[in-house]
Amino acid sequence: MPTTVLTYIIRRLIGAVILLFIVSAVVFAIFFLFPRLGGATDDDLASRYVGKSAGQAQIHQTAVKLGFTDPIYVQYGRFAKGIVAGQDYNYGPATEHCPAPCLGYSFITQNPVLPDLLDRLPVTLSLASGAAVLWLIGGVGTGVASALKRGSALDRSAMGVALAGVSLPIFFTGLLSLSVFSYSLGWAAPGGANPMDATNPLDWAYTLILPWITLAFLYAAAYARLTRAGMLETMNEDYIRTARAKGLRERDVVVKHGLRAALTPILTIFGLDLGLLLGGAILTETTYSLPGIGQYAVQAILNNDLPKVLGVTLIGAVFIILANLVVDLLYAVVDPRVRTQ
Amino acid sequence: MMQKRMMTVAVGAVLALGMAACSGGNKTGSATGGGAASAQNAAVGKVFSPSTTKGGTLRFGMADDWDSVDPGDTYYALSWNFLRNYARTLVVFKSAPGAAGAKLVPDLAQTLGVPTDGAKTWTYKLRDGLKFEDGSPITSKDIKYGVARQLDKGVNALPNGPTYFNDFLKDVPQGYSVYKDKNLDNLKSIETPDAKTIIFHLKSALSGFDYFAQLPATAPVPVAKDTGAKYKNHVISSGPYMFDTVALGKKYTLKRNPNYDPKTDPDSGRLALPDTITVDLGLNAADIDNRLQAGDLDIDIAGTGVQAASQGKILSDPALKAKTDDAASARTWFSVLNPDVAPLNNIDCRKAILLAADKTGYQRAYGGATGGDIATSLMPPLIPGHRAIDLYEAKTKPKGDLVAAKAALTKCGKPSGFETNISYRAARPKEKATAESLQQSLAAVGIKLTPKPYPTGDYFKLYAGKPDFAKAHNLGIMVYGWAADWPDGFGFLSQIVDSRTIRPSGNTNLGIKIPAADAAIDKALSTTDATARNTIWGNVDQLVMENAAVLPGVWSKGLLFRPSTLTNVFVNDGFGMYDYTAVGTSRK
Repeated sequence: MPTTVLTYIIRRLIGAVILLFIVSAVVFAIFFLFPRLGGATDDDLASRYVGKSAGQAQIHQTAVKLGFTDPIYVQYGRFAKGIVAGQDYNYGPATEHCPAPCLGYSFITQNPVLPDLLDRLPVTLSLASGAAVLWLIGGVGTGVASALKRGSALDRSAMGVALAGVSLPIFFTGLLSLSVFSYSLGWAAPGGANPMDATNPLDWAYTLILPWITLAFLYAAAYARLTRAGMLETMNEDYIRTARAKGLRERDVVVKHGLRAALTPILTIFGLDLGLLLGGAILTETTYSLPGIGQYAVQAILNNDLPKVLGVTLIGAVFIILANLVVDLLYAVVDPRVRTQ
Repeated sequence: MMQKRMMTVAVGAVLALGMAACSGGNKTGSATGGGAASAQNAAVGKVFSPSTTKGGTLRFGMADDWDSVDPGDTYYALSWNFLRNYARTLVVFKSAPGAAGAKLVPDLAQTLGVPTDGAKTWTYKLRDGLKFEDGSPITSKDIKYGVARQLDKGVNALPNGPTYFNDFLKDVPQGYSVYKDKNLDNLKSIETPDAKTIIFHLKSALSGFDYFAQLPATAPVPVAKDTGAKYKNHVISSGPYMFDTVALGKKYTLKRNPNYDPKTDPDSGRLALPDTITVDLGLNAADIDNRLQAGDLDIDIAGTGVQAASQGKILSDPALKAKTDDAASARTWFSVLNPDVAPLNNIDCRKAILLAADKTGYQRAYGGATGGDIATSLMPPLIPGHRAIDLYEAKTKPKGDLVAAKAALTKCGKPSGFETNISYRAARPKEKATAESLQQSLAAVGIKLTPKPYPTGDYFKLYAGKPDFAKAHNLGIMVYGWAADWPDGFGFLSQIVDSRTIRPSGNTNLGIKIPAADAAIDKALSTTDATARNTIWGNVDQLVMENAAVLPGVWSKGLLFRPSTLTNVFVNDGFGMYDYTAVGTSRK
């Protein structure tokens, strides 16, 4: 059994690496090949990297320096080689080595991309993990309660709030919550507070509590509705009736037999959602001015800083692939039917 | 039924929260510091809440990322205002309210520049006792190095700053870079005969060279500490503050520079009131306005005014309105009428557009009177030499003169009008609104416009600023705007009017080609008498309007918010925003 699991993990990891290369090639093509197909020249691409008042000669020099004059496969090869073996970049007076895995080098901020991302990862990680705990507990709890008390006032009000949660965008709920709970009542930190500047866990939670709740509100709503639907379905299954007939406690029936079966699809969605968030919670980070990967992505896009956008995309892909792998492994724990297969 | 009621309750709760949020801004305290009564424009032309009390932390917020805090690598107006806190230049705009703020005074230099050789050679003598943050003396070589290093605008050097020195210094070797050629003596156009003297040799006369000497590029940089594009990680200070912490794209903290001696800085008017200055970057623009009103932030460093969404709320509340300053800046929002595109190659067709355009619609697109005054010519009133020029009835018939416009169309041979395209930057709603307004008002005389939005970041490099593209795509009207690099005719006009600056792409002159204006620019550059020179800049403005080369829109203003904790605050006309070296805080 352990060898089978190990083989499975290794097979999935190899698959993940191949997938990452495909993702990187596609993203690279979108940024560096598609504009050419649309008629952009080497110099047009290079013009993004020069100052406001650069002349044509300088733009062309830049195109040569950045390798835009090489065939596209050579450019991708160079990028891929950087990921595997690292790369050197000249920034004026000296050369900087971008060690493997080098996700690229921003010629606008003159920094390798990966250290920037790693520097911002703790903020995104703090945001995503805290919110995930809240929305899992809140969403699944509400969903189960709603399903068990189907049609009651509790069910209806919970689903009403859930509908609001799904419908209200974060830039609305976020700014509203800041206005009320931070600027009027003074209960929470104002926007722009960096959780990584906190000296103790309480301060950390204080700066993150509003973003957590706002983000969790959005996701919990969807999870509550999903759980409710799943529970309603499973609680009507024959084996639940059998469990009850055997005289099991209602709590065991609900948790061990009902919820467990309803959890499988939730777990799948959770893996995808969390992986996606780790690649940057763009709206939440922008609304609350949190210096995470999402905010970095927005700045990169606004500045036309393609190596950074490419880096964020790859990191996002890594998280989604890893989260999926973990979820698939967890299936075996949650659902005995998977184990026997 | 129940669900419906629940939704009603939920919607009611959200609305109540919204209203609570709207009234939340009112709770902030009354004006403090000096006890001055807060009123709108109380910091325009005069100092509001004057103070010399030192201490506290002044908190700036910024919505975007910075191009660079390196004085040799920045082209943001906010940056040129702010960096005076940590970088001193040869001369500087005086830290003073109103027109006095647009006046140059010596900073590192003892006096303004001394011109010789018909304003082709400029000499500056440094003051005594100047030191870097580490206590080492500042010499003329450090200033020469500061200027020399930023001549390399390569992608892996310092690409962001302006190219004024590249354009005007004499005999700069082709492809010159201090990072390739370590021997500074090879740059012969800047001489440093001794540690206190620096001499600039120019290829042509430049009467206003003192404006070059105030550019951040003349801030001294010690060669041993220069790390090229990475120098922004720790800029070595020559001013009253030095960098304490640097987190690129996130936050900067500045503390007092112990080696700054105010006795060496008698003219600039720097007060250095706060003990600490912080700048948070990457903030949500809407949240910045809320935080300013709540007192969680002191200044929006961009200095361009509150967001359109906040403006209505602030102006409708007398208490909040009293904390605003509608600051004029040396910026005009305008549209170029492209003479390369038929029938706009005919001056009368251009005049028809100028006459028919609804100028109030243009102003509305920029937020009405708060966003700026209707422009009657290209050069804004803050520029010395500005005079009232209104050839197309912008003041007398602001909604357009259709009769005169039709007469112009007839003269141009298109009595029933013509078709052309109007370009604007897609991510700029105000430019879009301008295009739509013009589309409507010009339709009244049969001029049919088709709006053409282009990506904002590439507008000049690939679209409107690329003459071949503009011509091929029939861009007859191109909407944009321009702010003076400094409040002077050269700083405003040279990059948008001089036809000799037009290149294959990346232009900011989108097609103005008037030989008489080019000649007048040359004449102004060699006129050392400031009054005579400023008159010539006014003449250039007149020529542009006589040629119907642009449709002027709005002389820009920005609604700045002034939290009650700010002390000694005023708008500096040199920058069109609060003076960042004068402001203090009463918050401890």
